[in-house]
Amino acid sequence: MTRAGARNLLLHGAVLVLLFALNFVLPEYHRGILSRVMVLAVFAMGYNLAFGYTGLLSLGHAMFFAAGLYGAGLTIYHLGWSVWPAFGAGLLAGGVVAAAIGFLALRTTGVAFMIVTLMFAQVFYLGTLYFTTYTRGEEGLILPQASRKLELPGAELILTDPAVRYMTALTLFAAVLVGIFLLVRSSFGRALVAIRENEERMRMLGYDVFANKLLAMIVSGVICAAAGAAYAVLFGYVGSGFAAIQYSILPLLWVLLGGAATTLGPLIGTLFMFYVIDIASGLTRAHLLVVGIALILVVLYFPKGIAGTIRERWLRWLQ
Amino acid sequence: MEAALTLDSIDCSYGEVQVLHGLSLELRRGEVHCLLGRNGAGKTTALKAIMGLVPVRAGRIMKRELRISRLEAYEVPKTGIGYVPQGRRLFTDLTVAENLEIGLMTRGKGRDTLERVLGLFPVLRERLRQRSGTLSGGEQQMLAMARALCLEPDVLLLDEPTEGLMPSMIARIREVVAALRERGVSTLLVEQRVEAVLPVADRVSFIENGRNRQTVEVEHLRSDPQMVHRYVGVG
Repeated sequence: MTRAGARNLLLHGAVLVLLFALNFVLPEYHRGILSRVMVLAVFAMGYNLAFGYTGLLSLGHAMFFAAGLYGAGLTIYHLGWSVWPAFGAGLLAGGVVAAAIGFLALRTTGVAFMIVTLMFAQVFYLGTLYFTTYTRGEEGLILPQASRKLELPGAELILTDPAVRYMTALTLFAAVLVGIFLLVRSSFGRALVAIRENEERMRMLGYDVFANKLLAMIVSGVICAAAGAAYAVLFGYVGSGFAAIQYSILPLLWVLLGGAATTLGPLIGTLFMFYVIDIASGLTRAHLLVVGIALILVVLYFPKGIAGTIRERWLRWLQ
Repeated sequence: MEAALTLDSIDCSYGEVQVLHGLSLELRRGEVHCLLGRNGAGKTTALKAIMGLVPVRAGRIMKRELRISRLEAYEVPKTGIGYVPQGRRLFTDLTVAENLEIGLMTRGKGRDTLERVLGLFPVLRERLRQRSGTLSGGEQQMLAMARALCLEPDVLLLDEPTEGLMPSMIARIREVVAALRERGVSTLLVEQRVEAVLPVADRVSFIENGRNRQTVEVEHLRSDPQMVHRYVGVG
């Protein structure tokens, strides 16, 4: 392994160890926030694969998150499935939706791609509002506490317990972080970055750009769906608000703030946004104004996102 | 001599504007064939047509028995055609090693190929971890050629490889083209600078208004310098 690779490995390992240790020292309130942040950072990491690494500016990723959310939530709520198969159903739903939407939307590029993904996501959102018999629309479904148990060989984890919830969120976050870390260093990851830089160049070098982008979209969709499914089982709520356009824009914002095409950027961006809103709302009722000013300052001083600018200015080895 | 690549009466257009009008051309195995012509004559379009980057409206392009004008653009390099476009077109945010790796992955080539390519361009070996956008113009050209050679092509298309380079770099590129000929690689070379390529070319085709006006052996050209002047306006 190269020196840069070893440094990256060390840094990512240190972040995971820090997150693990925080479970034992953080007060209840912040542990709850961090659990949510880690799950949503997984959503942002999935988005980052499409947007940051492949250059696909999608405005429809809420659809993939919601596919995972509903895939897991509906099967638990209506069919009484346990957490593992429900989580699998969430992943499958996300993968199928991403494959279908990707197959159609990737025939377009640029602004047209943004609009097509946005429109499909709106159809999905309206679908969750239309089929209220099953989804209960905006009001959503509260998953029974008794169903939120994770069965492991010789143990049963109660996901409503804050410590267990935190560690489960961390496990998912760590698994996806390691997966993304390896993926972007693989041949496939390098091909995605090169496609982002210039599709025609890749075509003339013999790459099936459409197939690579579709695969990236499916992997991205499955990761977002994993976040959605985890959100359903960890926090017990499944509502159509998660399929709304706001949840397509949020991961874009988190990734841009943290640093597109950086592995730790999505976590940094999600954490930053959560705490800026949290702190600002404690100071003033005009908290969105404070959030806006904070965002402007970040954009001014970290034009490539926090991790992206750190990489550009100081740590060239940062992945 | 057997043809490595044949363009048979091809027509190509950019929208309404037809650029190639029944262009025919034969690239023989192991030869260096130079396309000369004025700006806008259709030389670059001919290379793009071979690579499938511009649709061929009529005629056909054959690589031995294979009709490559029917293939998708991404399938053409897999048949063993390497392309170095004008302006190098590197992935400037990626390192030299990553650019080469992208070339290697196309046809599943490995370490042996990389070593052979780096043998041709030793300067790149010292720059493997450097971002390609920070290389000098000459080094970028070498990287673009090296990336194309990572496919182990038997046909190489070079579009103005000497553009903007200093004489020592031009000489190095000529040496590489000559070395590739020794290995049996057929090279189709588009150039504006006649004097830069004539020492290494075997045959020359003069392209004018999207047609191949004449193909001659390079010896013939040396005995009739007016020919270059007639078609290219220099010489």
